[in-house]
Amino acid sequence: MFEVPSVSSLYLQLALPGISLAAWATLLLVIDLFIPKNRKSVTAWLAIGGIGFAFVVNLLTFNSSGTAFLGMFVADSFGAFMNIIILVGAAIGILLSVDYLKRTDIERGEFYPLMLLTTVGMMFMASANDLTIVFVALELLSIPLYVLAAFRAPDLKSEESGMKYFILGSFSSAFFVFGAALIYGATGTTNLQEISAALGLLGAVTGPSPFLLLLGAGMMLVGLGFKVAVVPFHAWTPDVYEGAPTPVTAFMSVGAKAGGFAALLRILIVGLPLLMVGEQTSASWQTIVWLLAAATLILGNLVAISQTNIKRMLAYSSIAHAGYIMMAVAAAGTPGVGDQAVRAALVYLLSYTFTNLGAFAIAMTLEKNDGTGTDISTFNGLFRTRPALAIMMTVFMLSLTGIPLTSGFIGKWLVFQSTLSADLVPLAVIGVLTSVVSAYYYIRIVVNMFFGEGAGDPAEGATPYVNWAIYISFAGTVLLGIIPVLVTTLSDRITLVAALVP
Amino acid sequence: MENTGFSLLTLVLFLPMVGFSILLFMREEQEAAIKWTALGTSLVTFVASLLLWIGFDFNNPGLQFVQQWGFLPSYGINYYVGIDGLSLLLIILTTFIMPIGILSSFNSHIFHERGRIKLYFMFMLLLEWAMLGVFMAQDLVIFYIFWEVTLVPMYFLIGIWGAERRIYAAVKFFLYTMAGSILMLLAILYVGLQAGTFAVPEIIAGIQSGAISFPLDGIFSTQSFLFLGFFIAFAIKVPIWPLHSWLPDAHVQAPTAGSVILAGVMLKLGTYGLVRFCLPLFPEASIAWAPVVGVLAVIGIIYGAWVSYAQTDIKKLVAYSSVSHLGFVVLGIFALNSQGIEGSILQMVNHGISTGGLFLLVGMLYERRHTKDIAAYGGIWKALPFFGGISLVVTLSSMGLPGLNGFVGEFMILLGTFGSNSLGFFYAMFATVGVILAAVYSLYMFQRVYMGELDKEENKHLEPMKWNEIAVIIPILIAIFLIGLQPAPFFDTMNASVGSLVAHIGQFVDTTVAQASP
Repeated sequence: MFEVPSVSSLYLQLALPGISLAAWATLLLVIDLFIPKNRKSVTAWLAIGGIGFAFVVNLLTFNSSGTAFLGMFVADSFGAFMNIIILVGAAIGILLSVDYLKRTDIERGEFYPLMLLTTVGMMFMASANDLTIVFVALELLSIPLYVLAAFRAPDLKSEESGMKYFILGSFSSAFFVFGAALIYGATGTTNLQEISAALGLLGAVTGPSPFLLLLGAGMMLVGLGFKVAVVPFHAWTPDVYEGAPTPVTAFMSVGAKAGGFAALLRILIVGLPLLMVGEQTSASWQTIVWLLAAATLILGNLVAISQTNIKRMLAYSSIAHAGYIMMAVAAAGTPGVGDQAVRAALVYLLSYTFTNLGAFAIAMTLEKNDGTGTDISTFNGLFRTRPALAIMMTVFMLSLTGIPLTSGFIGKWLVFQSTLSADLVPLAVIGVLTSVVSAYYYIRIVVNMFFGEGAGDPAEGATPYVNWAIYISFAGTVLLGIIPVLVTTLSDRITLVAALVP
Repeated sequence: MENTGFSLLTLVLFLPMVGFSILLFMREEQEAAIKWTALGTSLVTFVASLLLWIGFDFNNPGLQFVQQWGFLPSYGINYYVGIDGLSLLLIILTTFIMPIGILSSFNSHIFHERGRIKLYFMFMLLLEWAMLGVFMAQDLVIFYIFWEVTLVPMYFLIGIWGAERRIYAAVKFFLYTMAGSILMLLAILYVGLQAGTFAVPEIIAGIQSGAISFPLDGIFSTQSFLFLGFFIAFAIKVPIWPLHSWLPDAHVQAPTAGSVILAGVMLKLGTYGLVRFCLPLFPEASIAWAPVVGVLAVIGIIYGAWVSYAQTDIKKLVAYSSVSHLGFVVLGIFALNSQGIEGSILQMVNHGISTGGLFLLVGMLYERRHTKDIAAYGGIWKALPFFGGISLVVTLSSMGLPGLNGFVGEFMILLGTFGSNSLGFFYAMFATVGVILAAVYSLYMFQRVYMGELDKEENKHLEPMKWNEIAVIIPILIAIFLIGLQPAPFFDTMNASVGSLVAHIGQFVDTTVAQASP
């Protein structure tokens, strides 16, 4: 019945960045055993080396396209661009970890292979062309993250963080699988292109059942919505972000989001763009995504105002930013806007990766070894003690607000543009108004740093590794804001929609 | 469109950033070097901007010194700068006020208390760059970028070097203006998507030829919303009553140079925006909304003057007088005829010079007495006769005495308002009341501060003016007399451009009237 495919017909070379990193992660688990306990930073450097290799390969093969693993994996510019985001995030995440693990006394070599494995999961999610691969990648993304969130055990908050993430994450995975099963039931396939083709028959007597499709799409939306933290599937975020070790939080806030949105965009735009019931002229899922985006924007931004812990504030801010990206996802539901919206979402994600990692990195420098020092009053007077850090944090905060000359503005600009192109004017209005709200709580950090009373924190966590992470994030944030062409030349090549027309 | 390689305009725009970069690599201890670098940069920028004026072709109503580079070419967004008669004077105003602001803060008390000299001057130059960018940008997105960037340095200037309630004022300033401009962002996006380009001249050409049109049939129509999106952003910046409440706070708390620049240039970003974008992009909506805007402007004129009269804080008094003066400017703009708009543009310059001068003088008083309470002064003329004389000239200029600069602009505005099709007699009448009130509050202030008996011990031994204080006030006095006695070259500069703008709007008068009366 089943033919065993030959290795050459799998076209493994197309998945080389992901495969090489996966292999390296496994190998690193073994290598780590031979690295003495007091020199675990060697493992970190080996991990970064692996990421660097994958990054270079990814850049070299940016323009390659084709499917591997018998059509289950697709290499295209969308996946390659996502890989850039994910790998940059992972590299900065590891840079942040080295000294942090040492000074908080949780340095164990397994940390780095776990980081690499979850990175691989994200990368495969970005290139998945089949619902089963999405699910496998989703689990590969999630399980190491559960472990990493609880890495500070037996610290109670960290254990709570890991446990909460695990239980709720499992639920959401179950939702996703059930949704995928329903889609399979309706269309008889899990391949995204074939699903899309099957949707062409929607409305015909022999066509797929719209009821199953809608239910399946909705359940997958729940599963992935949980990963990217959109309201109302966001409740885990503040607790998990607060409890997890800060470098993990930083990485999780960008990496898991990137992976989740990559899968969401692929499923909705490659698989289900034609899911239009009856007289609809845009995809049926647009309305619900629209509502999720609006709720996320409003709740995320409003609740962030009342936070006093920087990690919780950044957690709500990350919820809010998921809302902005959801705006682009909603816009993609209008035929003809798809690619523009996808590009906007990806540029936004890249910008958010730099900015948010930078913000977390600076928050981390103020954190004490026992995990305290995360209150936003810690920032008081930072400008007096560490002016450079304070100025860079200001840039990150301005970027998160979306003030021009930072990457955040470019991201928001593109997202709003795609939203208006899709004629979703009310959503765009909600988006800009909540941006003003967000200015309030971001500016509060700036106020504390420059004008706050207090001696100012010495920021002892600002070790060379961390500084480099901050510099990289800062450079990315500013460069992308001033010379956006650097990125748009890459993002302009992304054509996700055209992929569905064979 | 002539595009002659590297334009002088780009040079003027980026000169402040050159100084900014030099400062970046200086050490905090090199105080003198930092100050002189900042001053030198702003002076060179001023000279370069005068070259623009010399090379400017007065008879060409279109854009000159144009330069275009790709910014986000695939999205139709370009770095696109150019100037015409509407913007040239404001650019020169900016480069004129900046060295004055910088020089005036050389020996300021704020550095003894707060330090951070290097950062202060870096923010000053950053601010100059951003403001020049606003006046030069011909691409809506580039304009918006500069527009928003002006917020950041001003926020820090107020927040770090301001007075007691500086944090409140800085945050209020930031949030208020950002809230206004973010809706403009959506309007810009919408216009750009509909027009297929963000280049203002191309959009205007499209509107003229009818290729681009935003429907206007009632208050809740596309063009009306777009107009309001832009208008509210500008109205907050101007500020037009009732959106002015951030202004007194910002002015009172800002350091002297911050107030000078805020009043001198930043408020003009709003009025300039009205002339540059609101009128030509949405001519029909501008005509339709002109009576409403006119009423707000007149209320602002009278309200500002009235509240000014009642102030006991001298800086607040000047701040509220700005609300009144800018009411005139807005009124003149929405007269929608040549006299009104030309008067308004000249009045923008005048207000920058006079009110900037007033803030400088208030700052000098504050440096000596460390209070802004009017009651603490009295008889200053006797203690400092030279200073008193200068103050009299600047005060008279601010209230619009004939022969000084303020008169010319105000007169033109009233003339334009009177002859306007959209405003008319009653607007001019109430505005004239404002002129009288201006005389009342200005002279009342002058009487309480400078006249009367020198009865307070602290006022008897005030330090005479320092060299840098004299150096900053002399150019102001020169400008006051120059514009007052010789306004013709200023009008010549803008005549052609204003004429073409008015003709452009006039094209739509009939259609708007037809739509308004179904």
